[in-house]
Amino acid sequence: MKVEARGIRKVFNRRVIFRDVSFSLEEGKVLLVTGRNGSGKSTLVKIVSHVLSPTAGSVTFTDGGGPVKGAVARHLGLVSPYLQLYDEFTASEHLDMAMTLRGLRPDPAGADALLERVGLFPRRNDPVRTYSSGMKQRLKYAFALLHRPAVLLLDEPMSNLDAEGIGMVRGVMDEQRAAGILVVATNDLTDLERYDERVDLNGGKP
Amino acid sequence: MSAPVHTGRPSWIRSALAVFLKDWNSELRTRYAVSALLMFVLTTIAIVLFALGTEGAPPHALAGMLWVVIFFSGMSGLARIFVTEEERGTAMTLQLTAPPSAVYTGKLLFNLVLVYAVNTVAVLLFFFFIQGFEVRTVSIFLVTLFLGSTGLAVMATLIAAIIAKANTKGTLFPVLSFPLLLPLLLAVIKATQLAAEGAFFAEAGGEFQILISYIGAVLTVSYLVFDYVWKD
Repeated sequence: MKVEARGIRKVFNRRVIFRDVSFSLEEGKVLLVTGRNGSGKSTLVKIVSHVLSPTAGSVTFTDGGGPVKGAVARHLGLVSPYLQLYDEFTASEHLDMAMTLRGLRPDPAGADALLERVGLFPRRNDPVRTYSSGMKQRLKYAFALLHRPAVLLLDEPMSNLDAEGIGMVRGVMDEQRAAGILVVATNDLTDLERYDERVDLNGGKP
Repeated sequence: MSAPVHTGRPSWIRSALAVFLKDWNSELRTRYAVSALLMFVLTTIAIVLFALGTEGAPPHALAGMLWVVIFFSGMSGLARIFVTEEERGTAMTLQLTAPPSAVYTGKLLFNLVLVYAVNTVAVLLFFFFIQGFEVRTVSIFLVTLFLGSTGLAVMATLIAAIIAKANTKGTLFPVLSFPLLLPLLLAVIKATQLAAEGAFFAEAGGEFQILISYIGAVLTVSYLVFDYVWKD
Protein backbone atom coordinates (compact mmCIF):
# COMPACT_ATOMS: atom_id res chain seq x y z
CA MET A 1 0.00 0.00 0.00
CA LYS A 2 1.21 3.49 -0.87
CA VAL A 3 -0.39 6.88 -0.34
CA GLU A 4 0.80 9.70 -2.52
CA ALA A 5 -0.30 13.34 -2.35
CA ARG A 6 0.74 15.65 -5.15
CA GLY A 7 0.46 19.44 -5.09
CA ILE A 8 -2.64 19.63 -2.92
CA ARG A 9 -4.20 23.08 -2.65
CA LYS A 10 -7.40 23.94 -0.82
CA VAL A 11 -9.32 27.19 -1.16
CA PHE A 12 -12.41 28.08 0.88
CA ASN A 13 -14.29 31.20 -0.22
CA ARG A 14 -11.26 32.57 -2.06
CA ARG A 15 -9.07 32.05 1.02
CA VAL A 16 -6.15 29.76 0.39
CA ILE A 17 -5.94 27.33 3.31
CA PHE A 18 -2.75 25.66 2.07
CA ARG A 19 -0.99 25.06 -1.22
CA ASP A 20 1.54 22.67 -2.77
CA VAL A 21 1.28 19.98 -0.11
CA SER A 22 2.98 16.81 -1.31
CA PHE A 23 4.09 13.63 0.39
CA SER A 24 4.58 9.97 -0.30
CA LEU A 25 3.99 7.25 2.28
CA GLU A 26 4.70 3.57 2.13
CA GLU A 27 3.97 0.84 4.65
CA GLY A 28 5.76 1.33 7.93
CA LYS A 29 5.91 5.11 7.46
CA VAL A 30 4.49 7.80 9.71
CA LEU A 31 3.44 11.27 8.60
CA LEU A 32 3.11 14.08 11.13
CA VAL A 33 0.93 17.05 10.15
CA THR A 34 1.42 20.15 12.27
CA GLY A 35 0.21 23.72 12.18
CA ARG A 36 -1.47 26.28 14.35
CA ASN A 37 -5.28 26.46 14.75
CA GLY A 38 -6.92 27.18 11.40
CA SER A 39 -3.90 26.17 9.37
CA GLY A 40 -5.87 23.35 7.72
CA LYS A 41 -4.69 20.19 9.50
CA SER A 42 -8.19 18.72 9.67
CA THR A 43 -8.91 19.83 6.11
CA LEU A 44 -5.82 17.98 4.92
CA VAL A 45 -6.86 14.86 6.86
CA LYS A 46 -10.31 15.02 5.23
CA ILE A 47 -8.74 15.35 1.80
CA VAL A 48 -6.45 12.37 2.41
CA SER A 49 -9.46 10.34 3.59
CA HIS A 50 -11.36 11.29 0.40
CA VAL A 51 -14.31 12.93 2.16
CA LEU A 52 -13.30 16.35 0.84
CA SER A 53 -12.03 17.20 -2.62
CA PRO A 54 -8.90 19.31 -3.01
CA THR A 55 -9.14 22.49 -5.10
CA ALA A 56 -6.06 21.28 -6.96
CA GLY A 57 -3.80 18.26 -6.73
CA SER A 58 -4.58 14.66 -5.93
CA VAL A 59 -4.29 11.92 -3.31
CA THR A 60 -3.87 8.40 -4.66
CA PHE A 61 -3.90 5.05 -2.92
CA THR A 62 -1.98 2.34 -4.75
CA ASP A 63 -1.32 -1.28 -3.98
CA GLY A 64 1.08 -3.44 -5.96
CA GLY A 65 1.67 -0.67 -8.49
CA GLY A 66 -2.02 -0.08 -9.36
CA PRO A 67 -4.88 1.80 -7.74
CA VAL A 68 -6.47 0.05 -4.76
CA LYS A 69 -9.42 -2.16 -5.57
CA GLY A 70 -12.84 -1.00 -4.45
CA ALA A 71 -13.61 2.00 -2.29
CA VAL A 72 -10.69 3.75 -0.58
CA ALA A 73 -12.80 3.83 2.59
CA ARG A 74 -12.24 0.10 3.06
CA HIS A 75 -8.52 0.71 3.55
CA LEU A 76 -8.94 3.70 5.85
CA GLY A 77 -9.56 4.27 9.51
CA LEU A 78 -10.08 7.78 10.88
CA VAL A 79 -10.30 9.09 14.42
CA SER A 80 -11.04 12.78 14.82
CA PRO A 81 -12.99 15.18 17.04
CA TYR A 82 -15.41 16.06 14.21
CA LEU A 83 -16.29 12.42 13.47
CA GLN A 84 -19.56 11.79 15.28
CA LEU A 85 -21.18 8.54 16.38
CA TYR A 86 -24.87 7.68 16.66
CA ASP A 87 -26.19 8.50 20.13
CA GLU A 88 -29.01 5.96 20.00
CA PHE A 89 -26.80 2.95 19.20
CA THR A 90 -24.61 0.94 21.55
CA ALA A 91 -20.86 0.35 21.16
CA SER A 92 -21.49 -3.22 19.95
CA GLU A 93 -24.00 -1.98 17.39
CA HIS A 94 -21.51 0.61 16.18
CA LEU A 95 -18.87 -2.04 15.59
CA ASP A 96 -21.39 -4.21 13.79
CA MET A 97 -22.14 -1.20 11.56
CA ALA A 98 -18.42 -0.49 11.11
CA MET A 99 -18.22 -3.77 9.22
CA THR A 100 -21.59 -3.98 7.46
CA LEU A 101 -21.53 -0.38 6.19
CA ARG A 102 -18.21 -1.24 4.55
CA GLY A 103 -19.90 -4.25 2.99
CA LEU A 104 -18.01 -6.71 5.20
CA ARG A 105 -19.37 -9.49 7.39
CA PRO A 106 -19.82 -8.57 11.07
CA ASP A 107 -17.00 -9.75 13.33
CA PRO A 108 -18.49 -10.11 16.84
CA ALA A 109 -15.40 -11.81 18.30
CA GLY A 110 -13.07 -9.16 16.90
CA ALA A 111 -15.44 -6.44 18.09
CA ASP A 112 -15.51 -7.79 21.65
CA ALA A 113 -11.71 -8.07 21.72
CA LEU A 114 -11.36 -4.50 20.50
CA LEU A 115 -13.93 -3.20 23.00
CA GLU A 116 -11.97 -4.95 25.73
CA ARG A 117 -8.81 -3.28 24.50
CA VAL A 118 -10.28 0.24 24.47
CA GLY A 119 -11.88 -0.34 27.87
CA LEU A 120 -15.52 -0.26 26.80
CA PHE A 121 -16.43 -3.95 27.05
CA PRO A 122 -18.41 -3.59 30.32
CA ARG A 123 -20.44 -0.75 28.74
CA ARG A 124 -20.76 -2.32 25.28
CA ASN A 125 -24.56 -2.57 25.43
CA ASP A 126 -25.18 0.98 26.64
CA PRO A 127 -26.27 3.64 24.13
CA VAL A 128 -23.55 6.09 23.18
CA ARG A 129 -25.58 9.03 24.54
CA THR A 130 -24.72 7.78 28.03
CA TYR A 131 -20.95 7.88 27.31
CA SER A 132 -18.49 10.54 28.41
CA SER A 133 -16.45 12.37 25.77
CA GLY A 134 -13.44 10.18 26.59
CA MET A 135 -15.49 7.00 26.15
CA LYS A 136 -16.73 8.26 22.79
CA GLN A 137 -13.13 8.88 21.74
CA ARG A 138 -12.25 5.30 22.72
CA LEU A 139 -15.19 3.98 20.70
CA LYS A 140 -13.99 5.98 17.69
CA TYR A 141 -10.72 4.02 17.89
CA ALA A 142 -12.57 0.71 17.91
CA PHE A 143 -14.77 1.89 15.02
CA ALA A 144 -11.69 2.89 13.00
CA LEU A 145 -9.65 -0.24 13.72
CA LEU A 146 -12.06 -3.18 13.49
CA HIS A 147 -11.65 -3.67 9.73
CA ARG A 148 -7.85 -3.50 10.17
CA PRO A 149 -7.18 -0.55 7.87
CA ALA A 150 -3.91 -0.24 5.99
CA VAL A 151 -3.98 3.53 6.53
CA LEU A 152 -4.86 5.01 9.91
CA LEU A 153 -5.48 8.76 10.18
CA LEU A 154 -5.54 10.32 13.64
CA ASP A 155 -6.58 13.96 14.05
CA GLU A 156 -5.83 15.26 17.57
CA PRO A 157 -5.41 11.63 18.71
CA MET A 158 -5.27 12.22 22.46
CA SER A 159 -8.23 14.59 22.83
CA ASN A 160 -10.52 13.82 25.80
CA LEU A 161 -8.46 10.79 26.86
CA ASP A 162 -7.16 10.03 30.35
CA ALA A 163 -3.68 8.62 31.03
CA GLU A 164 -4.84 5.05 30.45
CA GLY A 165 -6.49 6.04 27.19
CA ILE A 166 -3.34 7.84 26.04
CA GLY A 167 -1.37 4.66 26.75
CA MET A 168 -3.84 2.67 24.68
CA VAL A 169 -3.47 5.12 21.76
CA ARG A 170 0.33 4.92 21.92
CA GLY A 171 0.01 1.15 21.60
CA VAL A 172 -2.31 1.54 18.60
CA MET A 173 0.17 3.93 16.97
CA ASP A 174 3.08 1.52 17.49
CA GLU A 175 1.11 -1.34 15.95
CA GLN A 176 0.04 0.74 12.97
CA ARG A 177 3.60 1.94 12.45
CA ALA A 178 4.68 -1.71 12.24
CA ALA A 179 1.88 -2.91 9.98
CA GLY A 180 0.69 -0.04 7.81
CA ILE A 181 0.67 3.70 7.29
CA LEU A 182 -0.01 6.19 10.06
CA VAL A 183 -0.93 9.86 9.63
CA VAL A 184 -1.16 12.01 12.76
CA ALA A 185 -2.37 15.62 12.78
CA THR A 186 -1.71 17.41 16.05
CA ASN A 187 -0.64 20.62 17.74
CA ASP A 188 1.05 18.72 20.52
CA LEU A 189 4.38 17.32 19.39
CA THR A 190 4.53 15.07 22.45
CA ASP A 191 1.72 13.02 20.84
CA LEU A 192 4.20 11.62 18.36
CA GLU A 193 7.90 11.51 19.02
CA ARG A 194 9.01 9.44 16.04
CA TYR A 195 7.89 10.15 12.51
CA ASP A 196 9.28 9.73 9.01
CA GLU A 197 7.83 12.71 7.22
CA ARG A 198 6.38 16.00 8.38
CA VAL A 199 4.01 18.48 6.75
CA ASP A 200 4.11 21.82 8.52
CA LEU A 201 1.10 23.88 7.49
CA ASN A 202 2.48 27.01 9.16
CA GLY A 203 4.61 27.37 6.06
CA GLY A 204 7.75 27.91 8.11
CA LYS A 205 6.15 30.60 10.30
CA PRO A 206 6.37 30.03 14.05
CA MET B 1 4.13 -6.10 4.61
CA SER B 2 0.51 -5.08 4.17
CA ALA B 3 -1.72 -4.51 7.14
CA PRO B 4 -4.01 -7.53 7.52
CA VAL B 5 -7.10 -5.97 6.00
CA HIS B 6 -10.19 -8.06 6.69
CA THR B 7 -10.59 -10.82 4.18
CA GLY B 8 -13.85 -11.42 2.42
CA ARG B 9 -15.28 -9.64 -0.57
CA PRO B 10 -17.04 -6.42 0.32
CA SER B 11 -20.65 -6.59 -0.74
CA TRP B 12 -22.38 -3.49 -2.08
CA ILE B 13 -25.78 -4.99 -1.22
CA ARG B 14 -24.68 -5.61 2.38
CA SER B 15 -23.53 -2.03 2.57
CA ALA B 16 -26.82 -0.62 1.22
CA LEU B 17 -28.82 -2.87 3.56
CA ALA B 18 -26.67 -1.73 6.49
CA VAL B 19 -27.53 1.91 5.71
CA PHE B 20 -31.23 1.00 5.55
CA LEU B 21 -31.12 -1.02 8.79
CA LYS B 22 -29.23 1.75 10.58
CA ASP B 23 -31.96 4.25 9.67
CA TRP B 24 -34.72 1.74 10.39
CA ASN B 25 -33.38 0.92 13.87
CA SER B 26 -32.74 4.59 14.54
CA GLU B 27 -36.33 5.42 13.57
CA LEU B 28 -37.70 2.63 15.79
CA ARG B 29 -35.87 4.21 18.72
CA THR B 30 -36.49 7.88 18.02
CA ARG B 31 -39.66 7.91 15.82
CA TYR B 32 -38.76 11.39 14.51
CA ALA B 33 -39.83 10.88 10.91
CA VAL B 34 -42.96 8.79 11.54
CA SER B 35 -44.19 11.25 14.18
CA ALA B 36 -43.64 14.25 11.90
CA LEU B 37 -45.31 12.61 8.92
CA LEU B 38 -48.34 11.35 10.84
CA MET B 39 -48.83 14.70 12.57
CA PHE B 40 -48.91 16.43 9.19
CA VAL B 41 -51.33 13.82 7.81
CA LEU B 42 -53.70 14.43 10.71
CA THR B 43 -53.30 18.20 10.55
CA THR B 44 -53.91 18.51 6.81
CA ILE B 45 -56.89 16.12 6.90
CA ALA B 46 -58.35 18.18 9.75
CA ILE B 47 -57.88 21.40 7.73
CA VAL B 48 -59.52 19.83 4.65
CA LEU B 49 -62.36 18.63 6.86
CA PHE B 50 -62.90 22.10 8.36
CA ALA B 51 -62.69 23.75 4.91
CA LEU B 52 -65.31 21.44 3.42
CA GLY B 53 -67.71 21.67 6.36
CA THR B 54 -70.90 19.77 5.78
CA GLU B 55 -71.17 20.68 2.11
CA GLY B 56 -68.55 18.26 0.81
CA ALA B 57 -66.89 18.54 -2.59
CA PRO B 58 -67.06 16.74 -5.94
CA PRO B 59 -64.94 13.57 -6.20
CA HIS B 60 -62.46 15.07 -8.67
CA ALA B 61 -61.71 17.92 -6.22
CA LEU B 62 -61.33 15.45 -3.35
CA ALA B 63 -58.86 13.45 -5.46
CA GLY B 64 -56.66 16.56 -5.61
CA MET B 65 -57.04 17.14 -1.87
CA LEU B 66 -55.83 13.61 -1.12
CA TRP B 67 -52.56 14.43 -2.86
CA VAL B 68 -52.34 17.76 -1.02
CA VAL B 69 -52.39 15.73 2.21
CA ILE B 70 -49.78 13.29 0.88
CA PHE B 71 -47.51 16.04 -0.52
CA PHE B 72 -47.43 18.11 2.65
CA SER B 73 -46.93 15.13 4.94
CA GLY B 74 -44.06 14.02 2.72
CA MET B 75 -42.50 17.47 2.84
CA SER B 76 -42.50 17.38 6.63
CA GLY B 77 -40.58 14.16 7.13
CA LEU B 78 -38.76 12.88 4.06
CA ALA B 79 -35.89 15.37 4.21
CA ARG B 80 -34.88 14.12 7.64
CA ILE B 81 -33.08 11.15 6.16
CA PHE B 82 -30.10 13.32 5.17
CA VAL B 83 -30.70 16.41 7.28
CA THR B 84 -30.26 14.50 10.55
CA GLU B 85 -26.93 13.08 9.36
CA GLU B 86 -25.67 16.62 8.70
CA GLU B 87 -27.14 18.11 11.87
CA ARG B 88 -25.68 15.39 14.09
CA GLY B 89 -22.37 15.44 12.24
CA THR B 90 -22.62 11.75 11.35
CA ALA B 91 -22.57 12.31 7.58
CA MET B 92 -18.79 11.93 7.58
CA THR B 93 -19.05 8.64 9.45
CA LEU B 94 -21.15 7.33 6.57
CA GLN B 95 -18.85 8.89 3.96
CA LEU B 96 -15.92 7.08 5.52
CA THR B 97 -17.58 3.70 5.54
CA ALA B 98 -20.19 3.15 2.82
CA PRO B 99 -19.91 3.74 -0.94
CA PRO B 100 -22.06 6.73 -2.06
CA SER B 101 -24.39 4.64 -4.23
CA ALA B 102 -25.00 2.28 -1.29
CA VAL B 103 -25.81 5.26 0.95
CA TYR B 104 -28.32 6.59 -1.60
CA THR B 105 -29.90 3.16 -2.05
CA GLY B 106 -30.19 2.54 1.70
CA LYS B 107 -31.69 5.97 2.29
CA LEU B 108 -34.09 5.56 -0.65
CA LEU B 109 -35.25 2.17 0.67
CA PHE B 110 -35.97 3.74 4.04
CA ASN B 111 -37.92 6.64 2.51
CA LEU B 112 -39.89 4.20 0.33
CA VAL B 113 -40.92 2.11 3.33
CA LEU B 114 -41.81 5.28 5.23
CA VAL B 115 -43.85 6.75 2.37
CA TYR B 116 -45.72 3.50 1.66
CA ALA B 117 -46.62 3.13 5.34
CA VAL B 118 -47.63 6.74 5.95
CA ASN B 119 -49.54 7.06 2.67
CA THR B 120 -51.50 3.92 3.47
CA VAL B 121 -52.50 5.48 6.79
CA ALA B 122 -53.25 8.79 5.07
CA VAL B 123 -55.55 7.13 2.51
CA LEU B 124 -57.38 5.14 5.17
CA LEU B 125 -57.91 8.27 7.26
CA PHE B 126 -58.98 10.22 4.18
CA PHE B 127 -61.60 7.59 3.32
CA PHE B 128 -62.77 7.53 6.94
CA PHE B 129 -63.08 11.26 7.54
CA ILE B 130 -63.81 12.80 4.13
CA GLN B 131 -67.32 12.04 3.02
CA GLY B 132 -68.03 11.80 -0.68
CA PHE B 133 -64.61 10.45 -1.67
CA GLU B 134 -65.25 7.25 -3.54
CA VAL B 135 -62.97 5.12 -5.69
CA ARG B 136 -64.82 3.30 -8.44
CA THR B 137 -61.79 1.76 -10.19
CA VAL B 138 -59.72 0.33 -7.38
CA SER B 139 -56.96 -0.98 -9.68
CA ILE B 140 -56.22 2.52 -11.06
CA PHE B 141 -56.21 3.93 -7.54
CA LEU B 142 -53.81 1.31 -6.13
CA VAL B 143 -51.36 1.59 -9.04
CA THR B 144 -51.50 5.41 -8.81
CA LEU B 145 -50.89 5.32 -5.08
CA PHE B 146 -47.93 2.95 -5.53
CA LEU B 147 -46.31 4.88 -8.40
CA GLY B 148 -47.04 8.28 -6.85
CA SER B 149 -45.57 7.25 -3.50
CA THR B 150 -42.51 5.78 -5.23
CA GLY B 151 -41.94 8.94 -7.29
CA LEU B 152 -42.37 11.13 -4.21
CA ALA B 153 -39.82 9.10 -2.25
CA VAL B 154 -37.30 8.96 -5.12
CA MET B 155 -37.39 12.71 -5.76
CA ALA B 156 -37.57 13.67 -2.06
CA THR B 157 -34.50 11.54 -1.28
CA LEU B 158 -32.44 13.31 -3.94
CA ILE B 159 -33.62 16.78 -2.90
CA ALA B 160 -32.96 15.93 0.75
CA ALA B 161 -29.36 15.03 -0.11
CA ILE B 162 -28.93 18.31 -2.01
CA ILE B 163 -30.41 20.61 0.64
CA ALA B 164 -28.90 18.83 3.67
CA LYS B 165 -25.73 20.94 3.53
CA ALA B 166 -27.59 24.27 3.11
CA ASN B 167 -28.23 26.61 6.03
CA THR B 168 -31.90 27.08 5.13
CA LYS B 169 -32.81 23.41 4.86
CA GLY B 170 -36.35 23.73 6.27
CA THR B 171 -37.41 26.37 3.73
CA LEU B 172 -35.45 25.04 0.81
CA PHE B 173 -36.95 21.53 0.81
CA PRO B 174 -40.58 22.39 -0.03
CA VAL B 175 -39.55 25.33 -2.25
CA LEU B 176 -37.29 23.11 -4.35
CA SER B 177 -39.60 20.10 -4.19
CA PHE B 178 -42.76 21.70 -5.52
CA PRO B 179 -41.57 22.55 -9.06
CA LEU B 180 -39.65 19.27 -9.33
CA LEU B 181 -42.64 17.22 -8.14
CA LEU B 182 -45.17 19.11 -10.27
CA PRO B 183 -45.16 16.64 -13.22
CA LEU B 184 -45.70 13.79 -10.74
CA LEU B 185 -48.47 15.62 -8.88
CA LEU B 186 -50.35 16.50 -12.07
CA ALA B 187 -50.22 12.88 -13.24
CA VAL B 188 -51.28 11.33 -9.91
CA ILE B 189 -54.13 13.81 -9.44
CA LYS B 190 -55.41 13.09 -12.94
CA ALA B 191 -55.12 9.32 -12.42
CA THR B 192 -56.87 9.51 -9.04
CA GLN B 193 -59.68 11.49 -10.66
CA LEU B 194 -60.02 8.74 -13.27
CA ALA B 195 -60.21 6.18 -10.46
CA ALA B 196 -62.92 8.21 -8.74
CA GLU B 197 -64.90 8.57 -11.96
CA GLY B 198 -64.84 4.81 -12.63
CA ALA B 199 -62.72 4.93 -15.80
CA PHE B 200 -61.38 1.75 -17.39
CA PHE B 201 -57.84 0.78 -16.38
CA ALA B 202 -56.51 1.42 -19.90
CA GLU B 203 -57.71 5.03 -19.76
CA ALA B 204 -55.12 5.78 -17.08
CA GLY B 205 -52.32 4.30 -19.22
CA GLY B 206 -51.00 7.72 -20.25
CA GLU B 207 -50.67 8.85 -16.62
CA PHE B 208 -48.95 5.60 -15.65
CA GLN B 209 -46.46 6.05 -18.48
CA ILE B 210 -45.68 9.56 -17.25
CA LEU B 211 -45.21 8.29 -13.69
CA ILE B 212 -42.96 5.39 -14.70
CA SER B 213 -40.87 7.66 -16.95
CA TYR B 214 -40.60 10.22 -14.15
CA ILE B 215 -39.41 7.61 -11.64
CA GLY B 216 -36.91 6.19 -14.15
CA ALA B 217 -35.53 9.62 -15.05
CA VAL B 218 -35.18 10.77 -11.43
CA LEU B 219 -33.56 7.48 -10.39
CA THR B 220 -31.03 7.75 -13.23
CA VAL B 221 -30.18 11.36 -12.40
CA SER B 222 -29.92 10.48 -8.70
CA TYR B 223 -27.33 7.76 -9.23
CA LEU B 224 -25.38 9.98 -11.64
CA VAL B 225 -25.17 13.04 -9.40
CA PHE B 226 -25.20 11.56 -5.91
CA ASP B 227 -21.41 11.09 -5.71
CA TYR B 228 -20.92 14.84 -6.23
CA VAL B 229 -23.79 15.86 -3.97
CA TRP B 230 -22.62 13.61 -1.15
CA LYS B 231 -18.90 14.25 -1.16
CA ASP B 232 -18.45 18.00 -0.65
